[in-house]
Amino acid sequence: MRNVSSYFIILVASFAITACGGRGYTAVDEDILVEPVGGLAGSELDADDISTSGLDSGSSLSTSGLDSIYGDTDLLNRRVIYFEYDSSSLTLESEAIIQAHAQYLNTVSGVAVTLEGHTDERGTREYNLALGENRAKAAFTVMQAVGLGSERIQIISYGEERPVSLGSDESAWNLNRRVEILY
Amino acid sequence: MIEMLTKLKQLLFSSLCVGLLAHTTPGYAVLTIVINEGQVAGMPISIVPFAMEGVGPNEQQPADVIDADLGLSGRFETIQRSNFLSAPHDFDSVQFKDWRLIKSEALVVGKVINIGNSQYEIRFRLIDVYREKQLAGQKFIVPANKLRKAAHVISDIIYQKLTGTAGAFDTKIAYITVQGVEPDRQYLLRVADSDGWHPKTILESHQPILSPSWSPDGRRMAYVSFEKKRSMVFIQNLKTGKRVRLAEFKGLNSAPSWSPDGKKIALTLSKDGNPEIYIFDLATSNLRRLTHHTAIDTEPSWSPDGRSLIFTSGRSGKAQIYQISVTGGPPKRLTFSGSYNAGASFSPDGRTIVLITNQGNGYKVGVYSTKDRIVRELTQSRQDESPSFAPNGDMIMYATQQGGHGVLALVSIDGQVQQTLKFQGGAVREPAWSPFNL
Repeated sequence: MRNVSSYFIILVASFAITACGGRGYTAVDEDILVEPVGGLAGSELDADDISTSGLDSGSSLSTSGLDSIYGDTDLLNRRVIYFEYDSSSLTLESEAIIQAHAQYLNTVSGVAVTLEGHTDERGTREYNLALGENRAKAAFTVMQAVGLGSERIQIISYGEERPVSLGSDESAWNLNRRVEILY
Repeated sequence: MIEMLTKLKQLLFSSLCVGLLAHTTPGYAVLTIVINEGQVAGMPISIVPFAMEGVGPNEQQPADVIDADLGLSGRFETIQRSNFLSAPHDFDSVQFKDWRLIKSEALVVGKVINIGNSQYEIRFRLIDVYREKQLAGQKFIVPANKLRKAAHVISDIIYQKLTGTAGAFDTKIAYITVQGVEPDRQYLLRVADSDGWHPKTILESHQPILSPSWSPDGRRMAYVSFEKKRSMVFIQNLKTGKRVRLAEFKGLNSAPSWSPDGKKIALTLSKDGNPEIYIFDLATSNLRRLTHHTAIDTEPSWSPDGRSLIFTSGRSGKAQIYQISVTGGPPKRLTFSGSYNAGASFSPDGRTIVLITNQGNGYKVGVYSTKDRIVRELTQSRQDESPSFAPNGDMIMYATQQGGHGVLALVSIDGQVQQTLKFQGGAVREPAWSPFNL
């Protein structure tokens, strides 16, 4: 089972969120759960957020413009979303990432996206194939809701067959329970 | 009848295992017995090396095969040859006191005779030492390259005579091996004798292969292959190698399971939204959906009478085992204890279900009794997968992890006998035991 203390709770500033344009993300200071990526994701995210101080460097761009460019880049740089054990529920942040990709893909024609679902090694291989499928499907549903045509989205589940981390501990399992957004 | 030994000293048994390894010809077997765990209460039996008349020194000594077979079953304690006081090859030359002295309850003697044209005559006798009586005796004529198979048949006869249950040594196993790292990882679907000998690759791929399932006649195999970069279900004729793509729907195509009459395949598809169980009729190509739930439904497996399926469902919030009639209707939940029960299949007699269970201490092989409806853990490991019953129902083969390495292991249905099989090079997983009569 997940150790709650392994989460990083990150306060994401409103300007980074409004850019997502999704429902329910205009509120200021949402608490968002982020899964650790090799213990570094939290600090990387913090660094990104902190680097918003670059905004007040007298840029000629309008604030809203900056918001949208900055927000998109932040979310679009992230191509992997993570899951709880035996769950295909998306965190708010995962939804935001998926929405950002779908919105970007809506602006470029002819690009197809593959959502690759994966699980950790625990449990049976066949159950994990189904679980990976449901994880990818959860991401698919968000992309569809943002208006991306389902014909442009492909779902593949590899279950536990393609771990990114070969370890047999919580940190490896956390990294392996994922959907990769590939295009 | 011969009485079973109630207890066996651990020390004696571990030295026996070394003995088994020592007379297994290296380089030919893929799987070798490496570890024994659990309580062992086997009948002491002596397998005397067969006389080899006119047979080359490199030919398979049947006694080696029989010794290993019986040892692997955990039902016997095969006595080390260095303890033998004589080496008879037929009934008349047996000195019974020699065998009573080393407390051998049963004795197997025999001969292999070269009769020309690359044919061997192989004869054996199973003898009750205390009653000084022959329990079984038979003569076979086999092609020279079938000596091992003949030895497995003899093991089956001995097992049947002494335990009352049909032996499952002259059977096969399918399994998957994985070697190398991405992107050069290589997956092999292999079929070997039940003791791991004579492995033959039936499919080779750089993409994952999963879930081999034997047809009831043992002639075909269904499996999941990612060779087209997504899951598809194939059926392959094991003799000709010819195969058909059974399911290549959008989404998941997985978990094939043959019906006992061989006419249908149950499988998991997500083409209608999320993973659901379907039955495909091989004669009519009719596909019928059986489950309807937004949660995961997968891993269908038939009851021996072919009238129902058991499957894994997440509909309670956690993976549990359910049973559903082949005609559909509401499924009945079978398992209630533990946070995770999956990968279930029936024993050949339908009384027991083997599964992977997590009762709070890792993923272990467990058995669910259809009579008292409880799940009992059989193993002490934490990452077991893919349990598969021997066709006689006495043993379960499964995949587990040892030192971060995928290995196959055996456990008896009472959990008393546990053996680990180690693959030489690479990880091995997804064992599927063949039916009888291949």
